[in-house]
Amino acid sequence: MISYILRRIAYAFPILVGVNIITFVLFFVVNTPDDMARMQLGMKRVDDAAISKWKEERGYDKPILWNTNARSVERITDTIFFQNSVKLFVFDFGRSDSGRDIGYDISQRMWPSLAITVPSLIIGLLAYITFGLTLAFFRGSYVDVSGVVLCVVMMSISSLFYIIGGQYLIGKFLHLVPISGYDTGLNAVKFIVLPVLVGLVGGIGASTRWYRTIFLEEMGKDYVRTAKAKGLSETRVLYQHVLMNGLIPILTGVVVILPSLFIGSLIVESFFAIPGLGSYTIDAISAQDFAIVRSMVFLGSVLYIIGLILTDISYTLVDPRVRLN
Amino acid sequence: MLPLLICCLLLCTGCDNSPWNNPYPNQDSAKNIYYDSFSERPKHLDPVSSYSANEYVFLGQIYEPPLQYHFLKRPYELVPLTATAMPEPEYFDNEGQSVAEDSDTAAIHRVKYTISIMPDILYQPHPAFAKNASGKYLYHDLNPEKLTNIHTLSDFKTVGTRRMLANDYVYQIKRMAHPRVHSPISGLMEKYILGLDEFADELAKIGNGDAGSNYIDLKDYKLPGARVINDTTFEITLKQKYPQFIYWLSMSFFAPMPWEADYFYSQNGMTEKNITLDWYPVGTGPFMLTENNPNRRMVLERNPNFRGEAFPSTGDEGDHLAGLLDDAGKKMPFIDRAIYSLEKESIPAWNKFLQGYYDTSGIVSDSFDQAVQFNTQGDAELTDEMREKGIRLLTAVTTSTYYMGFNMADDVIGGNSERARLLRRAISIAVDYEEYISIFANGRGEPAQGPIPPGIFGNLSGEAGINPYVYQWQGDKPVRRPIEEAKVLLAKAGYPDGRDKTNGKQLVLNLDTPAAGPGSKASFDWLRKQYAKLGINLVVRATDYNRFQEKIRKGTAQIFQWGWNADYPDPENFFFLLYGPNAKIDHNGENASNYKNTEFDELFNQMKTMSNSLERQDVINKMVEIVRRDAPWLWGFHPVGFSLHHAWYKNAKPNLMANNTLKYTRIEPRLRAEKRTAWNQPIWWPIALMLLLLIIVLLPAIVSYRRKETESIL
Repeated sequence: MISYILRRIAYAFPILVGVNIITFVLFFVVNTPDDMARMQLGMKRVDDAAISKWKEERGYDKPILWNTNARSVERITDTIFFQNSVKLFVFDFGRSDSGRDIGYDISQRMWPSLAITVPSLIIGLLAYITFGLTLAFFRGSYVDVSGVVLCVVMMSISSLFYIIGGQYLIGKFLHLVPISGYDTGLNAVKFIVLPVLVGLVGGIGASTRWYRTIFLEEMGKDYVRTAKAKGLSETRVLYQHVLMNGLIPILTGVVVILPSLFIGSLIVESFFAIPGLGSYTIDAISAQDFAIVRSMVFLGSVLYIIGLILTDISYTLVDPRVRLN
Repeated sequence: MLPLLICCLLLCTGCDNSPWNNPYPNQDSAKNIYYDSFSERPKHLDPVSSYSANEYVFLGQIYEPPLQYHFLKRPYELVPLTATAMPEPEYFDNEGQSVAEDSDTAAIHRVKYTISIMPDILYQPHPAFAKNASGKYLYHDLNPEKLTNIHTLSDFKTVGTRRMLANDYVYQIKRMAHPRVHSPISGLMEKYILGLDEFADELAKIGNGDAGSNYIDLKDYKLPGARVINDTTFEITLKQKYPQFIYWLSMSFFAPMPWEADYFYSQNGMTEKNITLDWYPVGTGPFMLTENNPNRRMVLERNPNFRGEAFPSTGDEGDHLAGLLDDAGKKMPFIDRAIYSLEKESIPAWNKFLQGYYDTSGIVSDSFDQAVQFNTQGDAELTDEMREKGIRLLTAVTTSTYYMGFNMADDVIGGNSERARLLRRAISIAVDYEEYISIFANGRGEPAQGPIPPGIFGNLSGEAGINPYVYQWQGDKPVRRPIEEAKVLLAKAGYPDGRDKTNGKQLVLNLDTPAAGPGSKASFDWLRKQYAKLGINLVVRATDYNRFQEKIRKGTAQIFQWGWNADYPDPENFFFLLYGPNAKIDHNGENASNYKNTEFDELFNQMKTMSNSLERQDVINKMVEIVRRDAPWLWGFHPVGFSLHHAWYKNAKPNLMANNTLKYTRIEPRLRAEKRTAWNQPIWWPIALMLLLLIIVLLPAIVSYRRKETESIL
């Protein structure tokens, strides 16, 4: 297994280089270093000298990908791309274009993101499995049919609707929690409740349908018929056998998203004023802060690759038939 | 799950009577704290770099330039802040002889401002000033090792202060030329402050100092244009007459900067720790920034070393009746803390204002109908819902202008020919900005008659102030000229019915805009219809903001929408947007329409050095007439700012020039706490109803299942 993991890590390098190049090209197609300088320096009374000085200080005065004025290997190394990319591979994110230490900011802002995503994941998982099992349990009845219809309806609604509707209903109309904001420590709980609830409701449709499908598939298998034939009650079959076997695809599906929990949610954090990594990324895109954008894309890619490796490992753990080689 | 969440909430709120949705700690409810929101994080808090309104919200309360705007008087009037009196410029010829103010501008070789500041003004507590028993600075020999356990400014346990000196103002002026500090006005000031340009060149050649990567000990370098006379007096010398300079003295660019702070922040390892002057300001003002977390909130607290300043005892007519002089003579500031929370989206911010969690709010379009209605006379007034809450509405025409610019370098719409001029004037009549304001700005705007907004010297009201090329005076108000007149002008321009008479083709004009998406579509459709009244086909060329700016810089845009907020209340600050030597294409200046008119430029040079007088008004009138005739802009409108204040917010008066208005604000926390409790009691019945419905829905299925489980096969 170790050799498999090492091989996967080795495969990750070209992927990360590729992601970096794509990010780089996409960013600089839309924004030039001059645009970035103007964004940082402000719009009023900015002259060319100030722009040149800003670019020079941050190394944006170099060619983007290929330095024709340099010799030999410097044609590649003396470029914005190389200077900005190499350090990422040792997780040195450097400084943002506004001068802040990106690594420090990430370490500070990942906690609010986790404060939302972890409870959302755990509570959501419990809720969706419960709903999925319930629909599977009442399969074919009016509960199942109306539940599936409701799921399809809920899947069709934009997440923005849930956010604004949740803020209006729970925060504004019922006065149960603050509409937006964030605090540290235990005081954070009252701010987390609404985004978690909104995330939960927003995900009910798709997740419940998926889990229902998984459980129904399991319920059609031979071991379930055998269990029933042995005289086990419906509930015991469902909760002891179907649930445990149905958890295999659910578990592997969950493991893949575990690392990306750090990245947070772009829209939820923005609407609920949560100072997490999701809003960090959105702010950086708005501010044309390439240093943060490339760091967050790189970090997201690394976490995604880790998620995929963990998924493979989790397969071997939950299903002894799977071997990694 | 829902009961679990409710239990969490109960635990958090402590089961008392305080509102559950209170975003602040309950123990703060009765405290003298001001609550507000901000939507965009400040980029710079270094006073020499900052040039944005969202940054001035904080900087204005922390730093104290020599002058400030009178809080109550209109038109805007400068008064001393740390200065003991308003500085009077002295004029000198090229032989150093004193000359009169009204001397020929060319004869004035130097202008000297001597500024005396109040003694005994102290800086806020700050580690940069901390000294040990032997008088040595505690934190002036830092290095990365010593900073290992330091993460924020508050990790420095010892703080100190010192008296503000005249040298601190001079130091700050020198910082404008610092090669590592990007001051947006350095270019402008190099034109005026004696020797600043050479000083910048000199600093650029200097290597890094001993403290760290950015430090240059500016005390060691002489700047002829900024000189210390003694501890409480300094003088600034200008190379030429520039009456508007006095306004700059009220802006944070000219706030005092102690060398200790500059040195402290420049030490090795501080930038790596994100501890910079751009993040942690050091001032003498009524407040100090104690929490800078722009991702969540910014907190200003009363500066314990603030000298105290008396609330103005004079104001405008009506201020006394409005209760704005009730605090006259009392020591400011009135509040202890100000908490600004990040609200990126307008809807949550608006709802929290209605719940009493913000003391004041603007009005976004989405909420306008909920807040404001227009009475039969067309005046804006609050809706019943707002009045019941005791909310007050304040309106003021802003010192801003939103216009539609014609690129004067364009072959079709631009140029100085009579054809182009008539074409632009025809369009000026056709585009009905009264309708635009009504539809797209909820009536919050005043159609512009020229470049100068109301409230600024040079703007004339009534019949004398209308743009005769677009309006005519009927009864007691200006009325837009009929579209038929525009059509006649268009025909004279060579485009009868919008068709080029030389080839019969329809005239096609292009609007270059960075706006895109469904939100802008309605306004573009409206604009197309306005041009279509003349038979002109307006093509909207939407692009991203960067490309739009590039088009403006290169002069490839044809028609564009733009705006300007006044730096200071002087007509020069608007006319310079049309001054030829400021043209965007040639000089990368602020003249985005690239308008050039020799007569106008000469009058501008004359006007900008004049003090406000009848003679200056005459010159301004001539300039306004020239640009109205040439119509390089479609004058657009001056937005009217609407702001809402809760009943517990006192001393609210819109002041669009002053940035340091927090010190005038008084809050009644007890009333606020009462209202918050009354407005935010939790409502439970819908939750109970939902649970009941859920049970009713599931009950038959459960019963049916149990029956199935228990029934016997035989």
